[in-house]
Amino acid sequence: MRLDAKIPGGPLAEKWDRHRFELKLVNPANKRKFEIIVVGTGLAGGSASASLAELGYNVKTFCIQDSPRRAHSIAAQGGINASKNYQNDGDSDWRLFYDTVKGGDFRSREANVYRLAQLSGNIIDQCVAQGVPFAREYGGQLANRSFGGAQVSRTFYARGQTGQQLLLGAYSALSRQIAAGKVTMYPRREMLDVVVVDGQARGIVVRNLVTGEIEKYAADAVVLATGGYANVFFLSTNAMASNVTAAYRAYKKGAFFANPCFTQIHPTCIPVHGAYQSKLTLMSESLRNDGRVWVPKKPGDKRSPSQIPEPERDYYLENKYPSFGNLVPRDVASRNAKEQCDTGKGVGETGLAVYLDFADAIKRDGKEVIAKKYGNLFQMYEKITADNPYETPMMIYPAVHYTMGGLWVDYNLMSTIDGLFVLGEANFSDHGANRLGASALMQGLADGYFIIPYTIGGYLAGNTKKKITTEHPAFNESLAQIDSQVKRLLSINGKRTVDDFHRQLGNILWEYCGMSRNDAGLEKARGLIRDLRGEFWENVLVPGSGSDFNQSLERAGRVADFLEFGELMIIDALTRRESCGGHFNEGHQTEESEAMRDDENFCHVSAWEYAGLEKEPLLNKEPLVFENVKLSQRSYK
Amino acid sequence: MTKTLNLTLKVWRQKGQNSKGGLETYHAKNISSDMSFLEMIDVINEQLTLDGMEPIAFDHDCREGICGMCGTVVNGRPHGPEKGTTLCQLHMRHFSDGDTIVVEPWRSRAFKVIKDLVVDRSSLDKIIQAGGYISVNTGGAPDSNAILIPQEIAEKAMDAAACIGCGACVAACPNASAMLFTSAKISQLALLPQGKPEAAKRAMEMVRTMDGLGFGNCTNERECEAECPKEISIVNIARMNREFFKASFFSEVK
Repeated sequence: MRLDAKIPGGPLAEKWDRHRFELKLVNPANKRKFEIIVVGTGLAGGSASASLAELGYNVKTFCIQDSPRRAHSIAAQGGINASKNYQNDGDSDWRLFYDTVKGGDFRSREANVYRLAQLSGNIIDQCVAQGVPFAREYGGQLANRSFGGAQVSRTFYARGQTGQQLLLGAYSALSRQIAAGKVTMYPRREMLDVVVVDGQARGIVVRNLVTGEIEKYAADAVVLATGGYANVFFLSTNAMASNVTAAYRAYKKGAFFANPCFTQIHPTCIPVHGAYQSKLTLMSESLRNDGRVWVPKKPGDKRSPSQIPEPERDYYLENKYPSFGNLVPRDVASRNAKEQCDTGKGVGETGLAVYLDFADAIKRDGKEVIAKKYGNLFQMYEKITADNPYETPMMIYPAVHYTMGGLWVDYNLMSTIDGLFVLGEANFSDHGANRLGASALMQGLADGYFIIPYTIGGYLAGNTKKKITTEHPAFNESLAQIDSQVKRLLSINGKRTVDDFHRQLGNILWEYCGMSRNDAGLEKARGLIRDLRGEFWENVLVPGSGSDFNQSLERAGRVADFLEFGELMIIDALTRRESCGGHFNEGHQTEESEAMRDDENFCHVSAWEYAGLEKEPLLNKEPLVFENVKLSQRSYK
Repeated sequence: MTKTLNLTLKVWRQKGQNSKGGLETYHAKNISSDMSFLEMIDVINEQLTLDGMEPIAFDHDCREGICGMCGTVVNGRPHGPEKGTTLCQLHMRHFSDGDTIVVEPWRSRAFKVIKDLVVDRSSLDKIIQAGGYISVNTGGAPDSNAILIPQEIAEKAMDAAACIGCGACVAACPNASAMLFTSAKISQLALLPQGKPEAAKRAMEMVRTMDGLGFGNCTNERECEAECPKEISIVNIARMNREFFKASFFSEVK
């Protein structure tokens, strides 16, 4: 199948304007005749639901949590970028666009990223109008900070809780539409299938997580905003319920999955402390501005850090990258930490950690200055680890944090299934092979507030369809299939718990498809995952029944999908015979061990098409054309 | 230093909203002091599953103290004994070997038990739906620096906006009042210039809805403030009362 991204013609900066003009409009009186389903209530889903309802559409919104206020967008700490240039430091739409394309290691679409930069300012305006309490200067103007190595200060923030405040803004707009009767809210529902009739998405099937009932809902279009798949690794910074199920089941119905091997591993997280660990916690990467990263020179050195004298310490980032030192990008910092631990120099009880030491900074600037900058982070660290970072170095280790890959969408954010739109982290569109800090919030809100309201109108206006109800055979087929999967999961009655399988899958992927990959490891992992999947369907133990609140059953369904999806990630990683951004294949590196892209052969999006259970998926390529930026190699020496 | 603990847990088990519940006793062995409270429940649940029993149902999601999904009453205190801490951020090092820990769901007329430790908090959403927003549609917002907001006002609004909607304030209050929750939103929006046009209507509608949902009144026990994991101040309740009286006596809103 030829993938048509439907990128409008004309100069880059005029594409979106032109496209908005060319999109057909739905007459205001007709909008109320259309039903739209939105799945997920994070930044993308929440903002989309509210904005579509404001336009007059009838919206049904679903979320997995007990309230639409809790989606994992809420946990974003750092901030949201916008090219407002309030600091007069030379920012512009063009610069934000360029930084994002380059940061993504030239594996994203120019037109999409430019639109994102253009919309970034509107997002801030919208959020302020909603009452989001962004940080302010004394004069009452909005404050900005520089973030993630950007050379301009374009990041807007609300303390360390920017994601929370933006999400509560979208939630408040959504709540207003619920009260107005334009959005019907369905919490504690998990989407288990998208229903396709005559090639068009016409509804979804969900499980009511309280009653266990499988429910059917019909609509004229379906919007997925169901987040990323980092939990395929079991341990990640994602929330416990984050999963790939909605996206994966759409993939099985014909939506292509793009670049699944592009995953981001964040260098500064609190290390794993035991086999019982359920999730990982991120520490803001701003810590690397003052902290020095080191490990003991001698492998297996178990002395406490204070007993290791200066000459016996290896400040490996400063030594290896003299000009960037501790501030190398996320992927480079992460890979180097792993490399040190692999040679036995890791510290802490598990040996899977490196030191991040503030002693020199405290000596230089005084404790007060450091406390002012990082006090809340130090406090959070102490709460979790019971160590005081003012006195002893922090221990950090990389953790899976974000997934750039996702369902393939065109410029209208529509997947390869007509009428199925995908927003936010669930799509693949804007971050290429690596996402820059403070860009995820921007993308989620751009998609929900400012893109989908126009493009869905274009789809609905040009599309006269007959109404269907949930009595259509396609719904019943889907329902029967889900019902039988639930019954099967409950009847296996094996010897291993769902979490046990999930943890093992995570270990395999972390080991062989994590920070650095090689062909032999990937091949091996593929076999291991197939075996594990086989064992899962024979030996999983899911207690309880299907007809009430059953969290083990919920997780079992998600892990079943992760076990298939994990293999797709590996296939994608094996096929992309280059290194770029979050995908580092050891066979493709420069002499200085940096990622080496192959622009001649791999300057494309890999969009995978489902071919049937246990069958090799089909690869479709969307070539990436760069007309406005010059492709270059990154260097941090 | 990591230690291991052996604990006795008495956990509220209840099959469904209309079933009768009761405390069941479980023994948690070799619990690492580095575990979070929820990870300790994970360990018990894995064992219960392998022993052929149903694991304990409990709400949780982000496990980093911001989503507001988790929360149970631990030894009589919402989110347990540590100040300014959600249950997911409560670590087992705050308990001692041999302790008996009683774990119960939030209890309030407005929060029905769904199963075990899981309760229905949708009434909090209904309070927000009654007016916890600024009526502005997407698009057409003025430039964000067109509205100047003094830093101290923005900070106060942020203090109130930090509420995670977990419901601990309700669980802590002897009257099961939701005043801290409601006042946090009313305060945030009443402090900001963008929220002023609707301040009177918002105060009236949200307070009325809160009362209608069966939450109790405030009698200045201050338990809510003491147990709030985000340490939201009861100054917000005073501000809500001012907004409510102002609205009742001086505004056109009825």
